[in-house]
Amino acid sequence: MNHSESVLSGWGRIGVLGHERRSENLREASRDAVLSRGLGRSYGDSALPPPSAREVLGTALADRLLGFDEGTGILHAEAGVSIEQLNRRMLPMGYFVPVTPGTQFVTMGGAVAADVHGKNHHVAGCFGEHVTRMTMRVASGEIVSVSPNENADLFWATVGGMGLTGHILDVEFAMKRVPSPWIYQESWRVPDIDAYIDALAEGAKKFDYTVGWIDCLSRGKNMGRGILMAGDWAKPEQAPSRYPSPLPKLSMPFELPSFALNPLSIKAFNFGFYWKHLAQHQQGLVHWQTFFYPLDMIRGWNKMYGPRGFTQYQCVLPAGDQRRSARRVLDVLSREGGASFLCVIKDCGEQGQGILSFPMKGISIALDIPVNDRTQKLIDTLNEVVLEENGRIYLAKDQFTRPEHFAAMEPRLEKFRQVRDRWDPTHKIRSAQSVRLLGDRP
Amino acid sequence: MKTPRKIVLLGATKGMGRALSRVLSARGDLLFLLGRDEEDLAKTQADCAVTGSEPVGFALCDLEDPTGFDAALGAADLALGGFDTVIVTAGMFATQDALERDPVLAARVLTVNFTNTVVFCEFARKMLLARGGGALCVFSSVAGERGRKPIVIYGASKAGLSQYLEGLDHKFRASGLRVLTVKPGFVHTGMTEGLKAPPFAGEPEDVARTVVHAIDAGKAVVYAPMPWAPIMAVIRALPRFVMRKVGF
Ligand SMILES: Cc1cc2nc3c(=O)[nH]c(=O)nc-3n(C[C@H](O)[C@H](O)[C@H](O)COP(=O)(O)OP(=O)(O)OC[C@H]3O[C@@H](n4cnc5c(N)ncnc54)[C@H](O)[C@@H]3O)c2cc1C
Ligand SMILES: NC(=O)c1ccc[n+]([C@@H]2O[C@H](COP(=O)([O-])OP(=O)(O)OC[C@H]3O[C@@H](n4cnc5c(N)ncnc54)[C@H](OP(=O)(O)O)[C@@H]3O)[C@@H](O)[C@H]2O)c1
Repeated sequence: MNHSESVLSGWGRIGVLGHERRSENLREASRDAVLSRGLGRSYGDSALPPPSAREVLGTALADRLLGFDEGTGILHAEAGVSIEQLNRRMLPMGYFVPVTPGTQFVTMGGAVAADVHGKNHHVAGCFGEHVTRMTMRVASGEIVSVSPNENADLFWATVGGMGLTGHILDVEFAMKRVPSPWIYQESWRVPDIDAYIDALAEGAKKFDYTVGWIDCLSRGKNMGRGILMAGDWAKPEQAPSRYPSPLPKLSMPFELPSFALNPLSIKAFNFGFYWKHLAQHQQGLVHWQTFFYPLDMIRGWNKMYGPRGFTQYQCVLPAGDQRRSARRVLDVLSREGGASFLCVIKDCGEQGQGILSFPMKGISIALDIPVNDRTQKLIDTLNEVVLEENGRIYLAKDQFTRPEHFAAMEPRLEKFRQVRDRWDPTHKIRSAQSVRLLGDRP
Repeated sequence: MKTPRKIVLLGATKGMGRALSRVLSARGDLLFLLGRDEEDLAKTQADCAVTGSEPVGFALCDLEDPTGFDAALGAADLALGGFDTVIVTAGMFATQDALERDPVLAARVLTVNFTNTVVFCEFARKMLLARGGGALCVFSSVAGERGRKPIVIYGASKAGLSQYLEGLDHKFRASGLRVLTVKPGFVHTGMTEGLKAPPFAGEPEDVARTVVHAIDAGKAVVYAPMPWAPIMAVIRALPRFVMRKVGF
């Protein structure tokens, strides 16, 4: 195919000129590649090529499992293996990934590079904490083995390093043994943000998985009302003996026009979602897909945001006065008119060891924002508040943050730069995001 | 469960063959893998072993070198204790542009997809018939159904293959040989990487499930993924003057 006009984008569908070339053989294909890309589920520009390169290496065809030790649960997988494949192949055997993001369409490479977190962050930390070893191709062309004991500086810079330290070829990590393939879930309708934050903390004491959604359009006393969901893998005696059947696939066949998502329709959605949860408290068994991946039910739902695309703003605010800081963020959102379709709030456990890993002890807020002329201003204002609150943003979602804001939020950046410079002094490996945020050459 | 099949699979290292090896091993069938690279074959063996029965072994077999076919099938037969099923997913693709530019490449594609696949199948079907029959499943393509502008040469190689397989089916079904011709439409694999995908493009896993079902049912022809059967019925019915005008 003639690639001169092709456009590549992240999940938010804001593209740059470029394309990916997929290969089964990452060892060969990574030799000259400027960047690796998994399934493109990062929202912003972290998996996009810098302007002068155009082509990134697509890893998704490198999807073989290379070995599994039933004693330790350690799985050895090529970097392009997706969580979806692991769920399909290994949940019937009683194993689940130790940490999963809210979509199963992410690769092992993407899970490590973003050091993804899930609903169990308060007990399990990020994905990187479960990784025992990786093989990488680094900028010099060398293939190296990295682990917490071997080339540890490179290992911890790669965990959360957004692909900038080298190409991950394969990953070894510990799968989690689960008692049944069903989830026991409880959920609550919560009237406002303060109650919500308290309920999250309560839920975290009892359940391994917690997350919630809030309606960020309601103001005043209803501000931050929402639904909190908590769950655990069901014990064998709580669960049906049959394996859950696959759920039907729906897909969004074409993009909606830009006007389809407007403050009114978003408000209606949020209103509906809140009152759909009629009983104040619900409990019962649910399908693991419904629990972990509600958004995956509609393939290509990102087309809903129309041709201009959207961005997700995700920040974490440190423990302390979270009620006030969370309110400040939501205030900015309603003041700047940034209607958000989805607003997900989750408490985080301790910060991991990945040098640039996103979560820290505190509370994470994620907002989906349709892009329009005011988006840059909105993100700038949000970032100023987050800076004042000593929080930080998640690179896997970002496409609008300014380099000076990022540098100010990230005292850890200096250490990351040192390790990166040691392994790749000329920054051969880089991305559209690193050009924008870290000042790499285009 | 039924008794497991004993299967020789040529082409398990990538794409639809890889997907098939997973489905078959996961349900307990015994596999012997044939391919071009030992390290690569060992990885597919390991991949199957994580979630299914470990393939009993592998041997080198290159469709560009017919002198190796007999030995490769012999090794498979020995390791499996007599195979009852042979599957060939191996094949080669190049764009019409590349094939028009490079006659040597064209000769390779024609040889791999047609001549040598036929020769391989001749070895396999004789061994199967000698023990009373079995299943022979070979991947041809919807590209072999009509002469079409973007796939003149590749399509011709698959048309020849489909014709051979149909003949085998007619001649030997009564003797116990069940020949299945698989005709995939566009499927996302390394083979189609970089090509513009039409609507209804499918995933290798879906094809694998359809094909396993068709082998078990003893079918003669299967289209996969699903929508390609009616699509090809329409394309087969189009008059020549229309085919001359359209670009597909
Ligand atoms: C609906 C939805 C829900 C989500 N929920 C969560 C969530 O709950 N928690 C969370 O943490 N994240 C979440 N995410 C974000 C997602 O988990 C991350 O962006 C993840 O990195 C995507 O993986 P990917 O394979 O698609 O990688 P890509 O998006 O393709 O790439 C992401 C980054 O990883 C790098 N990378 C990929 N493969 C390699 C490799 N082999 N070697 C080196 N670098 C590599 C890329 O260079 C890039 O910097 C969500 C995303 C979506 C769309
Ligand atoms: N993908 C499609 O859209 C499509 C559509 C219609 C028909 N088909 C046909 O379906 C079959 C499988 O296609 P695919 O998409 O799965 O292809 P693929 O991903 O490219 O895999 C091809 C397989 O064939 C093997 N192979 C290639 N040349 C070989 C040779 N000379 N000797 C031995 N093995 C060889 C490869 O082995 P190595 O690992 O050693 O390279 C690989 O395992 C092919 O026959 C193809 O023509 C495909």
